[in-house]
Amino acid sequence: MHLALATAAGLMGLGISAAFASQASTLVFSLPWIPQLGASFSLLGDGLSTMLCALSGVVILAVMLMQMNKQVENPHAFYGLLMFSIAGINGVFLASDGLLFYFFWELALIPVYFLCSRWGGERRIAVTFKFFVYTFAGSLMMLAGLIYLYLQTPTHSYAWHELAAVARSLPAGTQLWVFVLVFIAFAIKIPVFPFHTWQPDTYEVSAPAVTIVLSALMVKMGMYGVIRWVLPFFPDAVIHYGNVIATLGVIGVVYASCLAIAQSDLKRLIAYSSIAHMGLMVTAAFSMHSPDTSHAAINSSYSGLIVQMFNHGINIAGLWLIAQMIEERYGTRDLRKLGGMASGAPWLSTTLVIVAFANISLPLTNGFIGEFMLFNGIFQSASQYHIVFMVLAGTAIILGAAYMLSMVRSVAYGNLSEGLITPDLSANEGWAMAIIITLIIFLGIYPQPLIQLAQPGFLGWNHVVSLAAFVA
Amino acid sequence: MTGMIQYAWLVPLFPLAGFLINGLGWRSLSRKMGATIGSLSVLVPFIISLLIFLDVRTGSNSVLSYFPFIQSDGLNIPFAFQIDSLSSLFLLIITGIGFLIHVYSAGYMAEDDGIVKFFAFLNLFVFSMLLLVMGANYLIMFIGWEGVGLCSYLLIGFWYKNQDYTSAGRKAFVMNRIGDLGFIVGMLLTLYCYGTLSYSSLFPQIGSANDLVSTNAKEWIALCFFIGAIGKSAQIPLFTWLPDAMAGPTPVSALIHAATMVTAGIYMIARSHLLYDATPITREIIAWIGLATALLTATIALRQYDIKKVLAYSTVSQLGFMFIALGCGAYTTAVFHVLTHAFFKALLFLGAGSVIHAMGGEQDMRQMGGLGKKMRITQITFLIACLAISGIPGFSGFFSKDEIVSAAFAHGKMLYAGALLGSMLTAFYMFRLYTLTFTGGFRGTHDQEHHLHESPATMTFPLIVLAILSVFGGYIGLPAVMSSHHLLSSFLGLNGAVVNQPDFLKSFEALHHQEWTLIAISSIVAIAASIAGWAAHRKPAFSANKGLALAFEKKWWVDELYDAIIVRPFLALSSAFDRGVERKGIDGLVNGTGKLVRWSAERMRLLQSGQVGYYLFVMVIGIALLLAIGFFGNPF
Repeated sequence: MHLALATAAGLMGLGISAAFASQASTLVFSLPWIPQLGASFSLLGDGLSTMLCALSGVVILAVMLMQMNKQVENPHAFYGLLMFSIAGINGVFLASDGLLFYFFWELALIPVYFLCSRWGGERRIAVTFKFFVYTFAGSLMMLAGLIYLYLQTPTHSYAWHELAAVARSLPAGTQLWVFVLVFIAFAIKIPVFPFHTWQPDTYEVSAPAVTIVLSALMVKMGMYGVIRWVLPFFPDAVIHYGNVIATLGVIGVVYASCLAIAQSDLKRLIAYSSIAHMGLMVTAAFSMHSPDTSHAAINSSYSGLIVQMFNHGINIAGLWLIAQMIEERYGTRDLRKLGGMASGAPWLSTTLVIVAFANISLPLTNGFIGEFMLFNGIFQSASQYHIVFMVLAGTAIILGAAYMLSMVRSVAYGNLSEGLITPDLSANEGWAMAIIITLIIFLGIYPQPLIQLAQPGFLGWNHVVSLAAFVA
Repeated sequence: MTGMIQYAWLVPLFPLAGFLINGLGWRSLSRKMGATIGSLSVLVPFIISLLIFLDVRTGSNSVLSYFPFIQSDGLNIPFAFQIDSLSSLFLLIITGIGFLIHVYSAGYMAEDDGIVKFFAFLNLFVFSMLLLVMGANYLIMFIGWEGVGLCSYLLIGFWYKNQDYTSAGRKAFVMNRIGDLGFIVGMLLTLYCYGTLSYSSLFPQIGSANDLVSTNAKEWIALCFFIGAIGKSAQIPLFTWLPDAMAGPTPVSALIHAATMVTAGIYMIARSHLLYDATPITREIIAWIGLATALLTATIALRQYDIKKVLAYSTVSQLGFMFIALGCGAYTTAVFHVLTHAFFKALLFLGAGSVIHAMGGEQDMRQMGGLGKKMRITQITFLIACLAISGIPGFSGFFSKDEIVSAAFAHGKMLYAGALLGSMLTAFYMFRLYTLTFTGGFRGTHDQEHHLHESPATMTFPLIVLAILSVFGGYIGLPAVMSSHHLLSSFLGLNGAVVNQPDFLKSFEALHHQEWTLIAISSIVAIAASIAGWAAHRKPAFSANKGLALAFEKKWWVDELYDAIIVRPFLALSSAFDRGVERKGIDGLVNGTGKLVRWSAERMRLLQSGQVGYYLFVMVIGIALLLAIGFFGNPF
């Protein structure tokens, strides 16, 4: 029953997103919320928001299919909290009011704290505590930044437009530190090197369904925050710190890829691979801001960024689903002890190979489209380091192939240990993977619908594009 | 047959359908069924390609656009095919040789449980290779480029229970990816400089009056694309994956690692000839890398005992020859050698497969000898292939290789001497291979001898067809002194699809009066080396190699070198990152911050002593301070 409800919720979210997406115009919804504070319950569904809500719909649907027939202790609380967190995540993607944004941001986090600390693996208390304190500290800084901006608004309002206008008119010095306050929250969530150490631990100990929500959706909150609440707000600061943060992104790509190679735990390997992918997005987002970067390059980069957020969500969800199935079959995640899955579970191994290649962005999978557009954006930018950024970040395609194929080799190839039975995909597992793989292939061959959704015109876009003009 | 070009989309569609049917139905389809579907889905496109070829010969060519692939502001890449003489020729090679190898596989893999899956992968390979050559822009080419890499990976590790094989597959893919990064950077540079990846809008810009891109930038673009070719076509320094790739079933070696995929780099440069015309420095690099590869790997082939390893190094070496031609600007010559090489190298691999099949999986030539008596068809076809690759006059390889050697002569004496040495080594190791395998007495076990047999018709039929092509395939490119009409280069020149570099053409034509001399020299070298190769191995004695011969046998220790200077340091670095920087460094800082907070909290806590008097005292001080500020103003 609880499962059916949760699935229905996921489907509904998906349906609503689809309905939004089919509309050309932006959907706006606004009610007074705390008028004394100038905060309103304002939601805004444009291409960017819609796409991310659709992502959460797809991911939750796949997760629920996977959870069917699985025993969870105290299921009502588990699924209830999970849905609560999803509500928060969707709210983050939709809010166009600063205080509401912060409210949803914490709403997404708090249920995850309980999910991790009650349903996690060993070491969960220590790991979850660290995760919570770390991200919460970031959130509070963001809150401080938002309140500061709020106090500067002439009408005392939290509305996105008011905050953005105020932030953009701040004197350069002030803008720098308000930027740091707000950006830190997102940097921890994404995570940007060196704020990433909470992530592998947290992913490792969380229950599989929670890991997927964290990795496919929650890290997107950070990237989304950057696109919506940082880049349009703080042009001076973004230009000032652009190369530094892009460099951190590149370091993240190379460093996390190196670490992924050294992992012997399946979940940690996937976690580092995700950090590497997010690093590329950070590099693209922050390497655009030289005064001479053309609008075409910025457009390509941001479309690529948004497309890649969606595709990364799909692919990483696919990897976690498979990791869960592997762990259930072998009873371990230690790559040195796995092997031979191709003989026991050929279909499952096939899905592993497909998702792995999507993750290392093979053409005709969705992973390639966003990555190519990102590389193109970085390369076309007028940052003086653009070629260095691109080539260094590009090593990810080599290192990524190395660790992903090593993982596939350890898991799927070789001989199955004596007496071990690895059942192939069950019906609901098959459906969950079918959703993921259909999207991987379809969006790899015909990515245009996604690219259209990611086209310019979303809230904040004009501000981003006019960065160049702002400086000149 | 006009209008056939517009049906070009059917060509890749059939192998794709074959892949889907075999791939999804691998459990329910019978072995025969799988093989039939797999082969038919390459035969039909072959027939269509033939019709397209006839159409193109009359001078038609076109770009067919299907849907926007990636389209956003400033980035406009359609999913489009370009059918002209170059792509139609490659269509014929891919589907023609592809079909023969599919038929052969039906016999070779008949006993394998995974045969349906095998055909699915082969079909997927053909599909990707077709995309590679049909694409009308670099991105579609790149789809095929990486797609064939995927299939190569899957097929090298086809017998996935053997972890040596799967690790060879991984090595192939990762080394290819190094080249692919070069390819991607090349594409991005092209977009940066010219704003397009489509051949039809890119190439007319290069060298035109309003081409503002500096020569340096063009050299970089050309070099980046060439790095891609180094990976895919296994040149120095990225050649070590190809010999390891022989872990795959032999038909795979024939199709992917000899006849088609590894020639993708040559196709790409021939396709981009207008770019390479404008980049003399890069062409010089290409020529010398080609020569170095041709010689280095030819020496390795001299002392290998595994029959497939000899052929693998020979392939790398022949690819080197093709790059020599490209470097000279003789693009049509390189394509000519791709064509003849596809015939005789596919034949050699399939012949080797027939031998391995008869020997029950044995690949060591020291265990063979005298196989000709039991396998006449294999022996004769193999001999024809050896004659062709060695460049014996009259056989196909003679014509293409002679053209390369002459091109090298036109380019410079050093390159010529190197190329001649290379073709001498080729003839020598090929006849070593032939003599050790087919002549003399049998050196294997009694069981193996008993088991020796000629292969079934599904396997010998492709051998015979390829043997005929290996003999006559060269006559489409007769040297100028023999015929005034070079069929291949005039076909490739239709609508300017591939035309040799203008300066090269001039110096090549100036050679006219020396051409007979050149032909005579290369013929004598080839014949002499062949006889020497035969004579030296008639009565083989296998003693341990010493000195230079040991270096040949050990492949110049290149793998060991890469392992020592790249792989192992890198792994050491990543585990140092993992244990040191990550856990102790960064995470240590994070935890340290947490501990600092706790530590200071423990100190701060002591302020809350619980004694009312203390609180009162602090309160009074506070009030006094506030009053002071009230009276004297805020000092801050």
